[in-house]
Amino acid sequence: MNRPKVTEFKKAKHINDYPTGPGFQGGHLVDKNAGWRTFRPVIDKDACVNCLICYMICPDGTIYKSDDKVDIDYDFCKGCGVCANGCNVNAIKMVKEEL
Amino acid sequence: MTEKNRYFVSGDEAVALGTRLARPHVISAYPITPQTIVVERLSEMVEDGSLKAEFMHVESEHSAISAAMGVSSVGARSFTATSSQGLLYMAEGLHYASGGRFPVVMMNANRATALPWSIFGDLRDSLSQLDSGWIQVYVEDAQEALDMMIQAYKIAEHKKVLTPFMVNLDGFVLTHTYEEVEVPDQEMVDQFLPPFETPNKMSIEKPMNMGFSTSPADNMEFKFQQHKAMMDSIAVIKEVDQEYGDMIGRYYNGMIDTYQCDDAEVILMTLGSVTGTARVVVDALRAKGLKVGLLKIRYMRPFPEKEIQEVVKNAKVIGVLDKDISFGFEGTIYTNVNSALVRMQSHPQSYNFVAGMGGRDVSKADIEEMFMDLLHAAKGEEIERVKFINMGVEING
Amino acid sequence: MDNTAIKKINAKNITDKEYFYGHKACAGCGGSLAVRQALKVLGDRSYSVLPAGCMAAVGFIYPQMAFNSNAVISMFPGSASMASGITAGNKALGVEDTHTVVFAGDGGTADIGLQALSGAIDRDDKLIYICYDNEAYMNTGIQKSGLTPFGTKTTTTPAGKNLPGSITEKKNLFEIVAAHDIKYAATASIGYINDFINKVNKAKQVDGTSFIHVYASCPTGWGTPTETSVEIAKEAVDCGLWYLAEYENGEFKLNRNPKEFKSIPEYIKKQGRFKHLTDDQIKHIEAARDKKWARIRKNWG
Ligand SMILES: Cc1ncc(C[n+]2csc(CCOP(=O)(O)OP(=O)(O)O)c2C)c(N)n1
Ligand code: SF4
Ligand SMILES: [Mg+2]
Repeated sequence: MNRPKVTEFKKAKHINDYPTGPGFQGGHLVDKNAGWRTFRPVIDKDACVNCLICYMICPDGTIYKSDDKVDIDYDFCKGCGVCANGCNVNAIKMVKEEL
Repeated sequence: MTEKNRYFVSGDEAVALGTRLARPHVISAYPITPQTIVVERLSEMVEDGSLKAEFMHVESEHSAISAAMGVSSVGARSFTATSSQGLLYMAEGLHYASGGRFPVVMMNANRATALPWSIFGDLRDSLSQLDSGWIQVYVEDAQEALDMMIQAYKIAEHKKVLTPFMVNLDGFVLTHTYEEVEVPDQEMVDQFLPPFETPNKMSIEKPMNMGFSTSPADNMEFKFQQHKAMMDSIAVIKEVDQEYGDMIGRYYNGMIDTYQCDDAEVILMTLGSVTGTARVVVDALRAKGLKVGLLKIRYMRPFPEKEIQEVVKNAKVIGVLDKDISFGFEGTIYTNVNSALVRMQSHPQSYNFVAGMGGRDVSKADIEEMFMDLLHAAKGEEIERVKFINMGVEING
Repeated sequence: MDNTAIKKINAKNITDKEYFYGHKACAGCGGSLAVRQALKVLGDRSYSVLPAGCMAAVGFIYPQMAFNSNAVISMFPGSASMASGITAGNKALGVEDTHTVVFAGDGGTADIGLQALSGAIDRDDKLIYICYDNEAYMNTGIQKSGLTPFGTKTTTTPAGKNLPGSITEKKNLFEIVAAHDIKYAATASIGYINDFINKVNKAKQVDGTSFIHVYASCPTGWGTPTETSVEIAKEAVDCGLWYLAEYENGEFKLNRNPKEFKSIPEYIKKQGRFKHLTDDQIKHIEAARDKKWARIRKNWG
């Protein structure tokens, strides 16, 4: 996975701990988007033909090439379903999240 | 100093000479009278190779300041110049640059704001932007203009300051009047002004996300920081003035300058080029034995609160000459001065003279009238609190 | 430009690295897909400029910084000029081989940012300007922009007894830009993602200003299910309401010239923003499409 990861962030205690002006390290993530999901995309690895369409059209970039075709970074998947809708061989199912 | 370092130039040309010495990387500016000569000279300097900079022909002042921020955001030194309508057109960018902590340096040729149209001088343009978060200095002559272009970068880029800097010159009276100026050697300026360094920039080595948004949980902290930087700049301004004087030989006394204030009963406060005329009047009145003094406010932001308090503490009455008016109240400089006065345990009475708007001349006689009014007030006579000087028609009744 | 020398980019050879990650765009946001893919093409040495608008709003919420490379929010009208400044600043500092890229919305480009864009093209500053077109001011709550098409219901063009939503046609931004004799301009759609990334890759090689107008669906503003974002952006092209073209070396080129258009009513029915349209109003849209295509086909071959 070649993407930023969530790091722990401590809120500044003193004014001098703030950055000088509104600029901060790029790719600095403090929280995930997983909580947005009501449906979760699940890849059927047998059906998947590794065409990488889902990887190309995910608006959040959460699908990545893996040793086993493609996988999903569920920390950041919002469950939009673009991948499932775009898959030509119906290898991705949207499954309701259990709360 | 050798002969070759002395030039007979206009205020605008002095700005261009000073700017060249500061070695900006990029100049982005849009023409407007009476600033135009600055950008014309700078483009000639770029053309003839005496200034190694990019000259960006932007299509508006909004883009001029926007580009200047882009330049600053990668750690390069930027310059822009404008006046009046152009400054107002930039307004969004003025606040953006200070909030972004981009130490852009700008020359502003003070000019009346439309309507009615007028290309001539007054301070309504820059004073209307007093709250935009820029350091504002007002210079008295071409030499001070040249010297301040160099100091401006040093102050603005100081790591405790990182705040944009506006050098104000009275339109025409200063921008278009020729004077002899002394131009410091480049090597000396290079020693005085090191290359621009800032933590607040994007680079390939350290990618940054800049100009971000904050929730109410953080916004005030960033605004406080901006305020603190401006307050801290007072010490930096004084330090830089001292260092400049030590190296180059001219001192400007930091936040304010004074003339004959030590034993003065009444003190008149001025900004910019009118100060020269007022000095002559002070001399004349002193010759008659009248205890008058003059306080030149150099910086409007940060505001020289302490410095003013110290000078006026023994005066009976002070007056403030405003080449501007905040409609529905009084001159803007006057409001600021009053705020400094009321924080004193006891303070002199204060009066406001609104004069010289839209390029109207402020003569020696006008200034003498102001001093005489103040002297009357010092004797306990009643005078107008906010007086419009040299109106062409009767305005009362 | 010698196009044959440029290697095609595809799913296999595009970088694995993600540069727009952890952002807070709505689920299924088409604009965020355009930004994500363009940045993958441009790589580590890019400087993104985003005017106020959705992509700025969702990417820079301190301390969540979603751009994994250099990025800055510009003033709403000043994205092109700020980008020019970045390019000029880097050049003056001797920082070489960088890409300055703007991602601006339709409003930020065709309306308030048009002047600065025009200035940048006039100067031929080296920057890539990408307009992601979701056909309204989304970030402020779906108001009409100059690129909102006829018949769109927005919050400032309500559809009611008297009006069919927006009553003006979409501004012809692509040709306005091309009329500057820009070095390279293209239209694209997130529904044709390979076409888009290869156009970005072409723009990347241009020594001067380049421009890409990419159609980017917005489920929130369009009233479409989140999963259909890519599909609907493809359909817009297939039914002829959007087109894929390029302007290069002074010539226009149509990249797709469908023999037969897919149905406009089908496209329209799927979107809340068009639900109110009557048959007559849909006919008006079809007639406008046919007129436009007749001109395009005649002039662009
Ligand atoms: C000078 C100025 N005017 C208005 C705004 C308010 N504003 C911010 S974003 C926006 C809408 C942006 O629309 P668009 O460019 O289409 O991008 P989108 O949000 O649709 O992605 C508006 C009107 C602003 N930030 N600055
Ligand atoms: S409103 Fe539309 S453009 Fe904005 S983030 Fe949501 S989906 Fe994207
Ligand atoms: Mg939009």
